[in-house]
Amino acid sequence: MTLTPDLATDVPVDDTDPFGHEHLEDPLPFHHALREAGPVVYLSRYDVHAVGRYEQVHAALVDWQRFQSAAGVGLSNFRTEEPWRPPSLLLEADPPRHDAPRRVLTSVLGQRALRTLRERWTADAEQLVDQVLAAGTEFDAVPALSEAFPLRVFPDAVGIGHDGRENLLPYGDHAFNAFGPPNDLVQKGEHRVAQLSGWVGEQCAREALTDDGFGAAIWAAADRGEITPQQAPLVVRSLLTAGVDTTVHAISAILYAFATHPDQWARLVADPSLARVAFDEAIRWESPVQTFFRTTTTDVRIGDAVVPEGRKVLMFLAAANRDPRRWADPDRYDLGRDPSGHVGFGMGLHQCVGQHVARLEAEAVLTALARRVRTIELAGPTRRHHNNTLRAWESLPVRLTVD
Amino acid sequence: MLGVEQVGARGRSGTDRSVVQVQDKVQVAEGVVTLTLAAPDGGRLPDWAPGAHVDLTLESGLTRQYSLCGDRWDAHTYRVGVLLEPASRGGSRYVHEQLAPGHVLGLGGPRNDFPLVPAESYLFVAGGIGITPILPMLAQADLLGADWRLLYGGRTRGSMAFLDELSVHGDRVQVRPQDEHGLLDLAGFLGDPRPGTPVYACGPGPLLTAMERACAGWPARALRTERFVAAEQAAPVRTTAFDVELHRSGRTVTVTPDTSVLEALSAAGVEVLSSCRQGTCGTCETTVLAGRPDHRDSLLDDDERAAGDCMYPCVSRSCSDRLVLDL
Repeated sequence: MTLTPDLATDVPVDDTDPFGHEHLEDPLPFHHALREAGPVVYLSRYDVHAVGRYEQVHAALVDWQRFQSAAGVGLSNFRTEEPWRPPSLLLEADPPRHDAPRRVLTSVLGQRALRTLRERWTADAEQLVDQVLAAGTEFDAVPALSEAFPLRVFPDAVGIGHDGRENLLPYGDHAFNAFGPPNDLVQKGEHRVAQLSGWVGEQCAREALTDDGFGAAIWAAADRGEITPQQAPLVVRSLLTAGVDTTVHAISAILYAFATHPDQWARLVADPSLARVAFDEAIRWESPVQTFFRTTTTDVRIGDAVVPEGRKVLMFLAAANRDPRRWADPDRYDLGRDPSGHVGFGMGLHQCVGQHVARLEAEAVLTALARRVRTIELAGPTRRHHNNTLRAWESLPVRLTVD
Repeated sequence: MLGVEQVGARGRSGTDRSVVQVQDKVQVAEGVVTLTLAAPDGGRLPDWAPGAHVDLTLESGLTRQYSLCGDRWDAHTYRVGVLLEPASRGGSRYVHEQLAPGHVLGLGGPRNDFPLVPAESYLFVAGGIGITPILPMLAQADLLGADWRLLYGGRTRGSMAFLDELSVHGDRVQVRPQDEHGLLDLAGFLGDPRPGTPVYACGPGPLLTAMERACAGWPARALRTERFVAAEQAAPVRTTAFDVELHRSGRTVTVTPDTSVLEALSAAGVEVLSSCRQGTCGTCETTVLAGRPDHRDSLLDDDERAAGDCMYPCVSRSCSDRLVLDL
């Protein structure tokens, strides 16, 4: 990392490519350097500013007035560049246009609305864990658990049909790659993007959805005039884009954390009520969503520097979640810690609207595993899956012992 | 300055989230004052959207609801308008006669039972102090490029607040004091029913009743109203300490006025997972087994509040001496 004082603004300059494969494989050294360089750093490679300390990341996340989302939450600036798809009404919108879609989705995915799913998902998780363990106690946890459970419960909860569900993960993977620069990760998805987008779009129509899922609830809100009929399919699309890959990688993050921290697994087995804390601590520790961009709406002072109006600012949620200024012994996965306040789900009015869904899925899987599994360990070399936004595993071979 | 002001105590603690300080008090019409409210530490206040109200708890323990009528792009202050009601049981009289800059009030919400739904055109009708929730809606409709008109009635011109601010909108706004124009001509203002045009109305009960009649021929849900009568609070909220009994462990934790339930639990070694600490994300939802919560969140609707079976301990407190939580 090079630190060249920028004469105009006195911001540390860094020419690292945080989207390069070396850094996607292990982003922690760069996150450390970014935090230590200062409250804000200029990334010359992409002509953007970056924040990595908890204080500045949190502050930028909640300050929607000065850090807007409607110019895109990726590197691409929608003020000057055409988005690859119609912008999200949630993620890529500001008040006032953001208000109504957000209000509807907050209600559809609220903790109280999910109560009816808890029992069903708990049973689904127990069934899945029983099936997996019946087939053997050594397996790759990514397809067997991390992918299997969300794909088993979430598309049903939204209410989409059974055909084509294999498109969900590649679509999400591409959407999250597309927040980064147009590198090889984006290029590899481009040949399929029209087909995948087309399929996802078809699933968002009222006729394509069951009458009892999240999708139907969104259309019912349109019938009540709370959103327009034109907005409804795009709100459903948000669920399908952001609701699958994220939970898959979050469940992988927990399994990896436990496989490498056996004392913490023993703690969970002894007290399964720690499942909720275990999940949020894994979100803090691994940050499945690593980064998002904002765009300044005015000149903003960060530390001693002024970021001019109209600039992209890259927020490293993952770096903030391990900032020693905020967290004691941040690299340790610790169920004794209170992970409250981590920014792995973002913060403020764009905070992950599906966080209660994610927690419920994770709690179901962890509780089912803790009921039967005494130890978890890695059974072979692990392999990362690279994505411009997500921290993910391609393969997690594990060996379990059961009662 | 991006930094300490937003994080510091506010980011980590719910303590100062539960109060606001009066920054300014201005008489804006006969019998109407506006209050400018800010967090005592100068930090960001919780986000809101047009139609939202806050609960303000006055010194006496009385809680009153006031629509936010300021600028949501100013994250650091709220503005509310307060009418002196002759039949006041203490709320508006206290605000008009005793409340002064520097005083601190309890804060609940913001909550929004009167949200602006997306549309290409709107009609607004306000009576008297009912103008307050409408005011930010007009700014929003302008931002969205929507077509809109406002009919604003009141007893006399001198009693009608915000006429200066409304004058920038030109002939979109019809100001109709009763002593000059008589009763509002609702039928004339509304014209023929127009599908896709929501009608927002706020004001005294008789006006809203008249609006319901006038909109009888409009599509279902076209008329959206907020009754401008202070919801009857069952009892004054407490400003003194209370006990929280933890059902599963049998322990009891005392919550003093200067700390949140969440903080008191944490200090006693009982961690409840939370996130926003503003009563907006819902992460810390906790089941209430006994006692009556003093709800300060932005999430529960009136029915859910009345049920009293759950609370958000990052901001909500207790009306009763004791709360029993499923912890």
